[in-house]
Amino acid sequence: MENLLITILLTSIPILLAGLGELVTEKSGVLNLGVEGMMLCGAVAALGSVLIFGNPYIGILFGAIAGILISTVFSFFTITLMTNQVATGLGLTIFATALTGLIGEPFVGKTAASLPKLEIIFLSDIPYIGKVLFSNDILVYFAIFLIFFIHFGFQNTKIGIIIRAVGDNHDSAHSIGYSVKLVRWISTSFGGMCAGMGGAYIPLALTPHWSEGMTAGKGWIALALVVFASWMPIRLLIGALIFGGITILQFVAQARGWDVPSQFLNMLPYLATILALALISFRLRHNNYAPACLGKHFLGNK
Amino acid sequence: MIEFTPRKIQSSFWAILSPIISIGITIFIGSLIFKMLSYPVMESLYQVFVSPFSRPDRIADIFVKACPLIIIGLGLIFCFKANIWNIGAEGQFILGTLCAGSFALLFPETKTYMLLFSMFIIGFIGGAIWASIPAILKVRLNVNEILVSLMLVYVAMLFIDFIVRGPLRDPMSFGFPLSKVYPDGAIISKVDFPFIGFLGQFHYGIFIILILCPLIWLFINKTLPGFQIKIFGSSTKASEFAGFNKNKITFYVLLVSGGLSGVAGVVEVSANMGRLQPEVSFGYGFTAIIVAFLGRLNPYGVVIAGIIIATAKLGADNAQMVLGIPKVVTGIFEGMLLFFLLAGETIQKYKISIRKDN
Repeated sequence: MENLLITILLTSIPILLAGLGELVTEKSGVLNLGVEGMMLCGAVAALGSVLIFGNPYIGILFGAIAGILISTVFSFFTITLMTNQVATGLGLTIFATALTGLIGEPFVGKTAASLPKLEIIFLSDIPYIGKVLFSNDILVYFAIFLIFFIHFGFQNTKIGIIIRAVGDNHDSAHSIGYSVKLVRWISTSFGGMCAGMGGAYIPLALTPHWSEGMTAGKGWIALALVVFASWMPIRLLIGALIFGGITILQFVAQARGWDVPSQFLNMLPYLATILALALISFRLRHNNYAPACLGKHFLGNK
Repeated sequence: MIEFTPRKIQSSFWAILSPIISIGITIFIGSLIFKMLSYPVMESLYQVFVSPFSRPDRIADIFVKACPLIIIGLGLIFCFKANIWNIGAEGQFILGTLCAGSFALLFPETKTYMLLFSMFIIGFIGGAIWASIPAILKVRLNVNEILVSLMLVYVAMLFIDFIVRGPLRDPMSFGFPLSKVYPDGAIISKVDFPFIGFLGQFHYGIFIILILCPLIWLFINKTLPGFQIKIFGSSTKASEFAGFNKNKITFYVLLVSGGLSGVAGVVEVSANMGRLQPEVSFGYGFTAIIVAFLGRLNPYGVVIAGIIIATAKLGADNAQMVLGIPKVVTGIFEGMLLFFLLAGETIQKYKISIRKDN
């Protein structure tokens, strides 16, 4: 049982990290559909750097940098050149899938070192929950920290309120003197960094081999999760855990020998995403939590 | 400080020029990539863009490769014009293929082409049904069609995998995940050109484009529903004032686009494979998005764009064989091309001037 809970938590970390980053990006009014591509960049950079340097922590760093770099391509086109955000994000994913396929080819068949588990003394000895919560690798702790950091950041800090202002009404934010484009650049880079780390987590902790397109739609699920969470970080955790659980279900089913074709079990995360989006729409109908300027361009020469 | 001023009239000069410039910049950056990876630049460019034209049968194969891209791209015109983002054409392609293929396998040893004809209809319906899921969710519950249509791609891939490994697997396939071969009436035959004979894989299915392309052009430019789609896409408010039915437009553009993706699948599989297998589409649904944009959402433009992209795809195959350049390079080119095309749209919509900050 403990093992099962740990596996669920670990499986949910990539979508949780990527989702948290995208949440901040979207709060500033930018819809970056390239999460899948940014995660792949993070994954390939992490794997490559670990193979070269042998240290998994370097992998996190390189994953984050790769995520930021690729997100600046998106920022340059959508924020500076004002291209369509949906199409540009899609282009980013096509571009990054191919790019990482090219870069990752020499890594096929090689195994990367995994992130070590860091036990927190005393706390990890708590019965039942100790092992699950306090005996994990650094990115798990970081992701949990990030949830609260973003939650309080948006509620209580000036920078958080500026980001929200830019996302909800860019004209007003501009007229009181904030640089809309700069705030969006920074928020999008933050999203890129988180997606890069989320992608990095896959080779560093889940499957230590490279395969082309190894994120298998996790970036898209993260995007859906942001909507499902109504742009609230703590709900994102709940959503990510549910998806982690659904993903794990197929392994449980295999282990217990349930007579369901594996393809149907593999479909579950995708079907669950659709179902989740449909269910949450009832809520969003009464109160639209989406940032008001989400996906809208800011001309910025008034 | 770069300043953007909206143009009152969209520049038609840029509308034609921007795809050409975009291709130019993509090729330029592509050469830099080849150089970085230490492949011979001129030889690489020759393989990718010229070698597909080097023999008549190779030229014919460009059309074969372009065929599914163009048919899907023609369908996507409807969605993108209406600002509805169907990015799940890949899934609709697979489902259309699967429905039509299963139907064909019900009638073994059928020789009449009535079977093929029914397959087109069933393929269209299959693709349309798959697209109707995001359509209904969008219309009824305002669920984002981008995410739903994309999720359904993964579902469709897994579903066809299950079907050809399970219920429809040919017992004589030696354990390979393949269905039985289609009956004769379900096969699109190759064109036997007078005096020349067969040219590559050139098949009769390609002629569908000759019918579809002008029909869609007429529909979009000369009919009221076509006009409604355009207005709806460019300004939702204006179309609401005009009393256009928003839900109806959303629903039907998704259906038509899904249906045409299904038809593309029927053509592709009946002409080239003749049976169902786990992989029936090779990213056609995603590449067609680029084709639709490169063709500037104009049916004739889409045909030209499909041919250009298909050339590069076949060229990349040649480059892999001759020079060992990995095939994924085309994806990098496609992504870049889309970026530059979109930037071109900005230039078309806005006048850009550089202003000195005081």
